[in-house]
Amino acid sequence: MEISLSHYLIVAAILFTFGTLGIFLNRKNVIVILMSIELILLAVNINLVAFSAFLGSIVGQVFALLVLTVAAAEAAIGLAILVVFYRNRGSIAVEDINAMKG
Amino acid sequence: MSVAAAFFYLFACVLVASAFMVIASRNPIHSVLFLILCFVNAAGLFILIGAEFLALILVVVYVGAVAVLFLFVVMMLDVDFVELRQGFLQYLPIGALVGMIFLAELVLVAGTWVAGPTVASVPQIAQAGTAALTNTQMLGRVLYTEYVYFFEAAGMVLLVAMIGAIVLTLRHKPNVKRQNISDQVARTAKTAIDVVKVKPGQGI
Repeated sequence: MEISLSHYLIVAAILFTFGTLGIFLNRKNVIVILMSIELILLAVNINLVAFSAFLGSIVGQVFALLVLTVAAAEAAIGLAILVVFYRNRGSIAVEDINAMKG
Repeated sequence: MSVAAAFFYLFACVLVASAFMVIASRNPIHSVLFLILCFVNAAGLFILIGAEFLALILVVVYVGAVAVLFLFVVMMLDVDFVELRQGFLQYLPIGALVGMIFLAELVLVAGTWVAGPTVASVPQIAQAGTAALTNTQMLGRVLYTEYVYFFEAAGMVLLVAMIGAIVLTLRHKPNVKRQNISDQVARTAKTAIDVVKVKPGQGI
């Protein structure tokens, strides 16, 4: 049985679902939420690369490279904000992050 | 079943299982380690499909940088993670519901979708006219010519992220003696030496 495009798409769909599920389940832990976002972006990357390979066009991989860049930048900024927040409040629980609530 | 298919199922199964463990494990350090396993298996999938450059970039950037960053932060923050786990079961029903709906929709889309005539049944070397080139060469040829503005925008994004992370986390402690270069450069002989005429027999 040959591996087709649908196989890759289904793997990416399952991965994407786990990412969203992780955001729902770990409502209190910002670190795991950030990791779930990384999972979601990885699923997007798998989709892009799979389409790039099966359509015979390299452009999908260029886009995946850009997604990778944005994911790395987002992780760095997110973790920096987390460190600053922990320094100020002594906690990283999501429900404590309400200083900007009116 | 061919060897490639066997490897696909191996990588895909480990990928999905470790993604599940990322969100389900109790200890965030285990989550980070499973995230690394996840990325390594995704890199394996990329190699299977013929995207070698992206596979190795994924290993270098994610396993080498992002995952280590996560590990540093998890270990640096002294957080009671048991307390943060509370409410896990409380959110499980709604999370599972949303997840199942979402997965069903995605699988329906992927299952009923019919590939167009341009979609090959097997992964092919991109752009068959330049088949002599490796994946990295092809990517470079496109990235530095047609998509050079996107490439530079990605560089700007990384620069902004770097400056932002440094500005956010840099902390100037009070009571620490620091070198003030502008003060040092602005010193002249006049300001540095104070000549005092002392009359004999009297102090200053």
